[in-house]
Amino acid sequence: MKVNYLIIGAGISGVSIAYNLAKKGKKGIHVVDKGYFTNGATGRCGAGIRQQWATEMNCILAKKSIEFFEHAKEILSYPGDLEFKQEGYLILATSKEEHDQFTKNVALQNRLGIPSKQLNKEEALKIVPHLNPDAFYSATFCQTDGHLNPFKMTEAYYLAAKSLGVTFSFYEEVTSIDTLDHKIQAVYTNKETYQTNVVINAAGGYSHEIGKMAGIDIPVYSENHEILATEPVEKMQGPMVMSFSKNIYCQQVPHGAFLMGRSNPDAKPSHQIESTWSFLDHMSKTLIDIMPKVAELRVVRQWGGSYNMSPDRQPIIGGTDELEGFYMACGFSGHGFMLAPMTGLLLAEVILEEKPSMDMRPLHINRFIDQPMIHQEKSVV
Amino acid sequence: MRKEDIIMCRCEDVSLDQIHKLLEEGYTTYEDLKRLLRVGMGPCQANTCGHLIQRELATYFKKPIEEVPVHKVRPLVIGVPLKKIAKGEEK
Repeated sequence: MKVNYLIIGAGISGVSIAYNLAKKGKKGIHVVDKGYFTNGATGRCGAGIRQQWATEMNCILAKKSIEFFEHAKEILSYPGDLEFKQEGYLILATSKEEHDQFTKNVALQNRLGIPSKQLNKEEALKIVPHLNPDAFYSATFCQTDGHLNPFKMTEAYYLAAKSLGVTFSFYEEVTSIDTLDHKIQAVYTNKETYQTNVVINAAGGYSHEIGKMAGIDIPVYSENHEILATEPVEKMQGPMVMSFSKNIYCQQVPHGAFLMGRSNPDAKPSHQIESTWSFLDHMSKTLIDIMPKVAELRVVRQWGGSYNMSPDRQPIIGGTDELEGFYMACGFSGHGFMLAPMTGLLLAEVILEEKPSMDMRPLHINRFIDQPMIHQEKSVV
Repeated sequence: MRKEDIIMCRCEDVSLDQIHKLLEEGYTTYEDLKRLLRVGMGPCQANTCGHLIQRELATYFKKPIEEVPVHKVRPLVIGVPLKKIAKGEEK
């Protein structure tokens, strides 16, 4: 089968790239995914969208993405409910040192037009009254951060892309990529052979493996991050509450359930996405410390998903000098969902050789060549 | 009985009609339905709707029921061996 653009991965990045290419009038776009709809990291994520970052690049990507989310339902003509809410992210500082770092972060965010602010304890307690006042020092808050349903958002892009002529196949796994003279010739899956000169690697947790099939060594790996969901209850918390130093993010989604996650400092690079007892153990203790009232809820389910980690915890979006027609959007390090509108737009611009909406050099894979790492994103859980 | 009145998932109040609509749109598995309709995400974790929907999928796609995969069962509903609790190991 001949296609003009083969996108590997139908998660949020893949569907956004497909939509953006189709929107620009391109035809012959096909997306393959090895599992069911949103089986990968997108469907396993914490459903948060935030702009409070510590690096300029992430701030800009996040801000412009939220501007899209604010109108996504209308732009994509989605008939369902995206469960979009902008009740903010409340990020706790638990020490004077963290407070001082957050002062710098907020200055950066404000300079870029992100309406975040630093709050003292009393102001934070007004927004989330059930916080334990002894568990934190101060906080930052950005009202326009919030929540979006990952399944619905992906479906919105998926349906919009389909209506523009994009085709999809699920349960189809890429097995190898043929190249000749630094050009792509064909992609083989367990079901089909695609003759194509353009491949877009949006394979999330499996981006490194797809790169390898094309002979490109992408410096990313996958790591299991776990989440749990509680029973649904009446609304009691507006914003996502987050702490980097206590290693937790916790929000009540519009449906009523609380979602909360943390990273495992001992996690090894792996595709394993199993649930552990140790996660429940640490999560429950952290929760009792910062929000004891939420710890009264019953946990109904836990699961894991892959963060695709890059060396500086920022995404790799662009092509490569080594292989013509090979593009990638990977290494989001846990934040691919909330950045997807920009991922799709920027990569479509790069592929079509248009002037990109922002400077793409800091997102290019070449930034890791002979470069001391100076801008690692620290605001992560 | 109208399909709108047949409740397949009691926790999340999902009707047979909603399920059929997604199948008509091209979705094929329990995992798809779960992510778009929340079937099986409530307190019973698909202990009620899991088998009902499996049977419905078998009828709809004219497949033997044993060829229709059920949902992924997640902790805490799945049994947890005591030694794994003690060691804090993977499930």
